[in-house]
Amino acid sequence: MFIRWINKAKKQITFLSGASLILALIIHYFGPYELRQAILVFATVLAGIPIFIKAYQAVRMRVFSIELLVTIAVIGALFIGEFVESAVVTFLFLFGDYLETRTLEKTRRSLKDLVDMAPQEATVIRNGETETIPVENVVAGDRIIIRSGGKVPVDGKVVSGQAFLNEAAVTGESVPVSKRNDDQVFSGTIVDNGYIEMIAERVGDDTTFAKIIELVEEAQESKSKTQKFLDRFANIYTPAVVVLSILVYLITRDLHIAITFLVVACPGALVIGAPVSSVAGIGNGARNGVLVKGGEMMDNLSKVDTLVFDKTGTLTKGKPEVTDIKTFGNYDEVTLLQLVAEAETISEHHLGQTIVKEAQARNLELTREPESSEVIKGGGIKATVGDYGLAIGNRKLMNAEGIHIPEEVAIYQINQEKAGNTAIFVSIDGAIAGIFSIADQIREDAKAALAEMRRNGVKKIIMLTGDNKHAAELVSNELGIDVFYAELLPEDKVKYVKKLKESGHVVAMAGDGINDAPAIATADIGLAMGEGGTDISMETADVVLMADKLSQYSHAYSLSKATIRNMKQNTFLAVGVVFLLLIGVLAGVINLASGMFIHEASVLAVILNAMRLIRFNKKNQEVKESLKAKLV
Amino acid sequence: MTTVKFQLEPLTCPTCIKKIETGLSRIDGIEEAKVMFNSSKVKATFNEEQVSADDIKETIEKLGYAVL
Repeated sequence: MFIRWINKAKKQITFLSGASLILALIIHYFGPYELRQAILVFATVLAGIPIFIKAYQAVRMRVFSIELLVTIAVIGALFIGEFVESAVVTFLFLFGDYLETRTLEKTRRSLKDLVDMAPQEATVIRNGETETIPVENVVAGDRIIIRSGGKVPVDGKVVSGQAFLNEAAVTGESVPVSKRNDDQVFSGTIVDNGYIEMIAERVGDDTTFAKIIELVEEAQESKSKTQKFLDRFANIYTPAVVVLSILVYLITRDLHIAITFLVVACPGALVIGAPVSSVAGIGNGARNGVLVKGGEMMDNLSKVDTLVFDKTGTLTKGKPEVTDIKTFGNYDEVTLLQLVAEAETISEHHLGQTIVKEAQARNLELTREPESSEVIKGGGIKATVGDYGLAIGNRKLMNAEGIHIPEEVAIYQINQEKAGNTAIFVSIDGAIAGIFSIADQIREDAKAALAEMRRNGVKKIIMLTGDNKHAAELVSNELGIDVFYAELLPEDKVKYVKKLKESGHVVAMAGDGINDAPAIATADIGLAMGEGGTDISMETADVVLMADKLSQYSHAYSLSKATIRNMKQNTFLAVGVVFLLLIGVLAGVINLASGMFIHEASVLAVILNAMRLIRFNKKNQEVKESLKAKLV
Repeated sequence: MTTVKFQLEPLTCPTCIKKIETGLSRIDGIEEAKVMFNSSKVKATFNEEQVSADDIKETIEKLGYAVL
C-alpha cells in the first residue's frame, strides 16, 4: 500500500526534494549552517525512499539493480557527512527518471498514436436489431453500420452504401478514398463522410490494423547489429566495472571513490542510445505508411546502393486496362472477348483478370466453364471453352504450341508493344484469332521518387519484368532507369538479384504480390507494396509500403539513413561520456553528484537526439514546399 | 507452453530490463522472459503445469513494477 502510494507520489517527491535543495542553497548564504545540513538530510531521505524501496524489492528477489548501488553510495555519503552530495545524487536520480519518462513517452508516441487509432466499439445489426457493442465482441459475419465520422471496427467488405474513407491508420495516406459495394475496408480507418454497411470478415488480432501494430511493436524491439554489439559490450562492461571498482578500492583504500566509480560507470546512455533511435525511426515510418521490420532492416536499407524494381504493380499502377482488341480471323470482337474471358476466369494473372474485367464491364455473361485448362508459367494459359481450343499468351507460348504467326500479325503486335502495350496473342484451334492490347500506367510519383533516391545515394536502378521488351523499354526510358531485363520468369529475377549481390552491390528489391516473393526474399532488403496489407507481402518483405506509393519508398530510404546516422551519434556520445566520466573519477575531478549529473544529462541527450527523428518527414516536406514556392 | 504479455507502467531505466528478465527466468517453468522496453511490455513463455500467469504477474510486481 505504502509502496504504491510512494510510486504515485514520485513526481511530487522529486520536485519537493528539488525545492529543498534550492532552499538549502539559499540558507547556505543567509542562514545557519545546521539548518542547511538538516534540510539536506531531509532532501536525501525524501528522495531516497523510492530508490531504497526499488533496491529492497530487487534484493529480496536476489536481483542486482542500479538502485542498490545508489543506495549504498548515498548511505556511504551520509556516513562520511557529505550531505550535499547525498541530496544531489538522490534528487538527480529521481529527476533523471522523471525527464526520461517524459521524453521517452514522446519517442514512443508514434506507436501509441497508432494504438490509439484502434476502434473501441461497433454498431452491429443482429436479429434485425441495431446495437452498439465493444469491438472485441464482433464476430466474422456480423453486419456493421458505420456512419460519417465513425471508425471501421474490423476488416470486411462493404455490402451497402457509399463513403469516403480516411485510411491513414493502415496506409499512412490521409487523402480520403471512395468505397462502395464489394470494396474491402480495414479496421481503424475512418468514414470521412458517407454511410456504409459492411460484413465483418477478419476480427480481433487478425485484422490488418492489429497486424501492423504487432509488426511495429516487434520491429521496435528487434535489435540491429549496433544494438547487439552494445548488448554484448554491456555484458562485458558491467562486470568489468565492478571488478575495476574493487581494484580502485584496493589501490586507493578509498571507499568513496570506489562507489562513485561504480555508480558513474552505469551504462545508461550506452544501453538506451541505439534502441531509442531505432524506435523513433521505425515509429516515424509507421506513421508515414512504411513498415520497417526492425533495426537490422533499417541498417541494411541505409546501406543500399542498388534498387531493383518489378515493373507491373510496382513502378506502374498495376491496374491495366484493355486498350484494344484486334481480330485476325473469323471471330468478331465480342465473341473473341467472351471466349478469352471465359478461359481467363481461371487465371490468377493480372493480365487475365484485366480481360475478365473488360468482359464484365461490357456486360458479357461468362457462363461456360473452361475445361482442361492449364496455366503455363511465364507463357499464358491453355483451355478448352465449349468447342474451342484456346491458347492465350505471349510469343513463347505460341512457338511452344507450334502456332504460325503471320507477318501482318507480328508487325501489328510489335507496334502495339512499342506504343507501351502488352500485346497478347489469342489462338483458337491452332490459328491466330486476334491480339489483345493491355496497357498499364506508370505511378505518378515514380519519377520524382526515383530521382530523389538517386540524390540520396542510390547508384544503380534496375528493372526486372516478366513483361515484353517494348513495354519495359517505354517505362525504363520514361523513368530514367539504368538497366532493364524483360520477359523474365520469377526464377530469372532471383538470378539477377543474386548476381548483383555477388558483384558487391547492396540490393533492395521492390515488388508486389506472390510472383516477386522469391526475389524479395533473396535481396538484402525486400520491399513489398502492401496493397492495403495482403498477408504474403507483409510477411516476406523487410519493408512494406502500405499505400503503394513510391514516395514512401524514398522516404523510407532517407529515413533509414537518418536513423542510422542518429544511432551512430548516440553510440559515440554515450561511449565518449562514460570514458570521460571514468577518467574524471579516477583523476578526482568528478565526484558522485557531478558524475550523476553528467550521466543523466547524457541519457537525456541521446533521447532528445533520437526525438529529432520523429519529425523527420515534416522537415523534408517543408524543404520540398519551400522549393516549390521558389519555383513558382 | 503458453505465452503471456503484461503491460507495465512505462519503463524508463534500461537496467529494469535485466532486472525483470533475470528475476523471471529464475522461476521454474519459465522458458523465456523478454522485456519489450519500448512498448513497456513483458512477454513470457511458460509451462502452465509448473507456473501460472498470476505467479508471473506477482513476481513482476514484487520486483517493483506495476502491471496494468
